[in-house]
Amino acid sequence: MSNLRELYQELILDHNKNPRNFGRPPHPTHEAHGYNPLCGDRVTVYLSLDGDRVEDVRFEGKGCAISTASASMMTQMLKGKTVAECDAIFSNFHDLVTGKSCPVESLNQLGKLAVFGGVRDFPARVKCATLAWHTVQAALHGQTDPVSTE
Amino acid sequence: MSVMEQPGTTSRIVPVRSLDVAAVRRDFPILNMRVHGHPLVYLDNAATSQKPRQVIEALTRYYTSQNANIHRGVHYLSETATAEHEEARERLRRFINAAQAREIIFVRGATEAINLVAQTWGRTHVKAGDEILVTHLEHHANIVPWQMLCEQTGARLRVAPINDAGELIMEEFERLLNPRTRLVSVTFVSNALGTINPVSDMIALAHSRGIPVLVDGAQAVPHMRIDVQELGCDFFVFSGHKMCGPTGVGVLYGKAARLEAMPPYQGGGDMIRSVSFEKTIYNDIPFKFEAGTPDIGGAIALGVAAEYLQRLGMDLIADYEHDLLEYATRALRAVDRVRIVGNAARKASVISFVVDGVHPHDIGTILDQEGIAIRTGHHCAQPVIERLGYDATARASLAFYNTREEIDALVAGLRRVVEVFG
Repeated sequence: MSNLRELYQELILDHNKNPRNFGRPPHPTHEAHGYNPLCGDRVTVYLSLDGDRVEDVRFEGKGCAISTASASMMTQMLKGKTVAECDAIFSNFHDLVTGKSCPVESLNQLGKLAVFGGVRDFPARVKCATLAWHTVQAALHGQTDPVSTE
Repeated sequence: MSVMEQPGTTSRIVPVRSLDVAAVRRDFPILNMRVHGHPLVYLDNAATSQKPRQVIEALTRYYTSQNANIHRGVHYLSETATAEHEEARERLRRFINAAQAREIIFVRGATEAINLVAQTWGRTHVKAGDEILVTHLEHHANIVPWQMLCEQTGARLRVAPINDAGELIMEEFERLLNPRTRLVSVTFVSNALGTINPVSDMIALAHSRGIPVLVDGAQAVPHMRIDVQELGCDFFVFSGHKMCGPTGVGVLYGKAARLEAMPPYQGGGDMIRSVSFEKTIYNDIPFKFEAGTPDIGGAIALGVAAEYLQRLGMDLIADYEHDLLEYATRALRAVDRVRIVGNAARKASVISFVVDGVHPHDIGTILDQEGIAIRTGHHCAQPVIERLGYDATARASLAFYNTREEIDALVAGLRRVVEVFG
């Protein structure tokens, strides 16, 4: 049960129930679709870039608690960041959920996203936690094919 | 005068036989495992069944004291392996009551069997404008091979619809049978919902119009007695690993006349009578369809699995599972926020369900922490799950070695799910 509480922390359950930045914005500059064929999770990420900076980021989709909360908290984290900063945060987040050792400064940079640390004990759920992140990478770097976690 | 009072009649004592589940469970070593500190509750039998000691020992015995290639050696081991392999074919014949052992083709599983029929029978009998008829209940393995055939030939895949309970609408099925229909390919039991299709009636309707029928029996063979002669189907396919046998081996049954008229599937050794660069003469059935060295040990162990199930008694298994299904259905219906998906009148022991406000994947993870194994997702049957209005469901699929106590554990686990998600 302790592993479970570690995975389904209050903050994750809250973002699952009330996802932030949910819905399609009127004029996104970039968008990308992500799909996890294992569980059928789908996500679409919308970006409004102002030069190199993320002015707005929103998402739509259907998925499990981990993928929904991850997408929701990701949008909060990436708003206002540069593309390079987004890439760095994604790399740190990926290390966190796959259980790679994270230097303290990387963890500090992740802030509230550290609640996803419990995912490392559930290898089957890593794809759920990273779906929205892979999708935002595709949107940022202009990949047009839908992202699949398979 | 009533029958009872006729002189000379005595009441017969009919022993009420039922499955001794405690004894059965002792045959399955894996059921003693603990997972995350809890006794394993294995409810993912529609994905693959567990294996009894008898089957595991048959594999060990083969590799320890029988291993040799078949149908070609003159030495002792080759003759032993060949005899065991052909004995397995005979046991599988008995298991589905085929008329002849040569109607049993060993393949990798139901998927390969359907691909084989699509690419051999299909490529020679199906042309542009023809139709293949399936149902909305099919597993991807009974959809995609036909789509591939349709792409190759210009034929069209038609789909017989289902109602909201997850049952085939027979009138619609009958309406879709027409002079262009070349084949009906239908699942006996839905892997996603447990619905049992009225295949006998479907076969009668198709045959009355001269249309052959393939029955996907992958989910039927572990649950009920199968008699392919009584069914009258032209092809019947199933996988070994869902009926207590090993993975990687299964069966294509076909009526001998149909199999003989079909071209081979793969070319290679064992499927030929003679080879020269000018002309190759193919072997007789079943060998014509068994190119290359097959999974000999797997086939032998599958024969042992078939015999194991028959010795327990398929009718006793069906009765026991039906009782367990009713118990589980009642128990799940009583859990707040749980909804059962697929409520056909005739079902095998499969229960698809959702919990309001909780994604199936999260249900699966929480139950796993309690040692309970279920399947979550679309169960390789995306069209039927979407037809009933879902992206994914959780699925508990029961076998004859499951118990009411395990259903109680599932229910307790689901209450925990609701508790975690509040």
